[in-house]
Amino acid sequence: MKARFVLRASTPWWRGPLLIAAAALLTILISAIMIRWAGGAPIPAVRYMFISPLQSRFGFTESLLSATPLVFTGAAVAIAFRAGYWNIGAEGQLLAGTIGATWVGLHAESLPRIVGVTLILLAGMLFGALWALTPALLRTRLGIDEVVTTLLLNPVALLIITGLLNGPWRNSESGFPDSDVIADSTKLWIIWPNTRVHFGLALGIVIIGLCWWFVGKMSGGLKLRAVGLAPNAARIAGLPVERTLLTTALVSGGIAGLGGASEIAGVAHQLTTGISNNFGYTGVIVATLAALSFIGALLVALMFGVITVGSFSASRALEIPSQIGQLVQAVLLITVVSALVIQKYRIVWTTKKSEGRK
Amino acid sequence: MIDVTEEIISSSLRIATPLALAALGELVTEKSGVLNLGVEGIMYGSAFVGIATAAQTGSLTAGLIAALVSGALAGLIFAFTTVTLGVNQHVAGLGMTLLMISLCNTANRIMFTADGGQVRVDPWQPLNFGGPIFSQYLLTYATFLVAVPFVWWLLWKSGLGLKIRAVGENPEAADVAGIGVAKTRYTAIIIGSLFMALAGAFITLAFVGTFTVNIINGRGWVALALVIFGRWTIGRLLIGAALFSLVNAGQLQLRLLPSFADVPFEILLALPFLAVIVGLAISGRNVPYPGAYLKPYKRL
Repeated sequence: MKARFVLRASTPWWRGPLLIAAAALLTILISAIMIRWAGGAPIPAVRYMFISPLQSRFGFTESLLSATPLVFTGAAVAIAFRAGYWNIGAEGQLLAGTIGATWVGLHAESLPRIVGVTLILLAGMLFGALWALTPALLRTRLGIDEVVTTLLLNPVALLIITGLLNGPWRNSESGFPDSDVIADSTKLWIIWPNTRVHFGLALGIVIIGLCWWFVGKMSGGLKLRAVGLAPNAARIAGLPVERTLLTTALVSGGIAGLGGASEIAGVAHQLTTGISNNFGYTGVIVATLAALSFIGALLVALMFGVITVGSFSASRALEIPSQIGQLVQAVLLITVVSALVIQKYRIVWTTKKSEGRK
Repeated sequence: MIDVTEEIISSSLRIATPLALAALGELVTEKSGVLNLGVEGIMYGSAFVGIATAAQTGSLTAGLIAALVSGALAGLIFAFTTVTLGVNQHVAGLGMTLLMISLCNTANRIMFTADGGQVRVDPWQPLNFGGPIFSQYLLTYATFLVAVPFVWWLLWKSGLGLKIRAVGENPEAADVAGIGVAKTRYTAIIIGSLFMALAGAFITLAFVGTFTVNIINGRGWVALALVIFGRWTIGRLLIGAALFSLVNAGQLQLRLLPSFADVPFEILLALPFLAVIVGLAISGRNVPYPGAYLKPYKRL
């Protein structure tokens, strides 16, 4: 007996949702096994992780807060991947954004808040785009694979932050390696009273809307998609492929950097080495699960916000590792992406006998 | 001065060992037309599985074997998603890396750090044949004296190597010639993953003797860059590994100099990564990617 995957002529409408549901179930099963191993009860844990954040106002708003950076990195990765530019450096670009934002935050005393906030966000965006510039130039000028260069710059960004925090930006009161608190005039507004949900979320949603509008509705977006789908055809058609890639890479880095500024100015208010909880890499998962659609990325980011908050409350209540939240996200990526491919195929079992006739 | 030079060469060889192993693994994989971005995660996984098993059984050998098994398993899953299903290789590889990292961090928490502890073993000791340069771990000798010639022979002299290169360049033609494309790619991916697993196991079982979060710290990405820098040849790949390791060992020595006392050591730590990017910028132009790089193969 041998299994072969044969492309289906047509896919019934229910196969996609069914297989995605199966992927989600498989993910929950794998996390349940890990929870059991950690000595927790799987059913309450699964309820804590996926449902309880939605049942209280606090859980819900904390989920929105956790989703905020993922909205930015999800959009950043999606727009780059749509152009066929494999930016896997959103992590480093977001971190660069936190550096720029912190620098403004530490030096912008006594400004009107609107000016301070504008400056801190611009700085984050600029630093993120700058961090994306080198790989983008290497790709478009010299043809050097951006996957490797964007990946290599991620640890570098974190090293620079560690260096800054152990050196010039060491906390002046505690002496710990985290920066001083940024100026009040650069802190983002809270948009949901008595919670921690801040202006960054609204900004992220605006970015999602802009990306959707530009990529889907504008002629520049059409170019971007053409470059992503068929770069050679686009080049022959006279589209400026290299310029499109360069611009997209910078926009992608800028969005990721803005996400970093939103974390600094919106919730952390100081730079720490743990400022990014893998937000950039998770952005790749978010964008992929959303099939590179921007509205989808927003929804997946919100779902991941729930899982993040849920895994922390499950961790507190049941003494299981909170790392399980990231595990769920990674397993979900592999199972769902596989399910999306499988739905296009049917499996044909062939025996030795029937193989002779094929 | 002689001492410093010897010290730099000696520690370069140590630093180069996991990089060379992982890059050899990535080379075998990419020669079959598949990019494995899971390299960072497979190293992470085997680093953890190796030391966890060694700590539980008290045997470093058992740890090494378990690390190899974990690498093969990860390779098998990656091969299923990319070869059988034809999932986008960037996504599948990065997914594998994120999966292994989160899985090991969770397991590390459950097994070792829940009560504030840390897993530790007595690591392998260097074998001393005289002088700092010839005082190296067994795996370091094995890497440069056995693994390097073996991969050279495997890829360019053996029948399997011919098949691997054939499916990596032109899977349609290979298929017509009767070479099983899927089977060959599975084999290449799993052999590659075993080398990556050796690299990860070396770090915990020989180099440091403990496991901390983020222990691989981008070494897998450096290995990826070395393959491109090496233009898919072993000689140039080793030159790249040597250059990276020399920069790395050099910055370790620089830190000891009084005039560098004010430079934050993290900046020096970032130097090797920047050196790789500069190296790619100089020698990464018009590189000969395998013909079927990133392309899944489906018989129509």
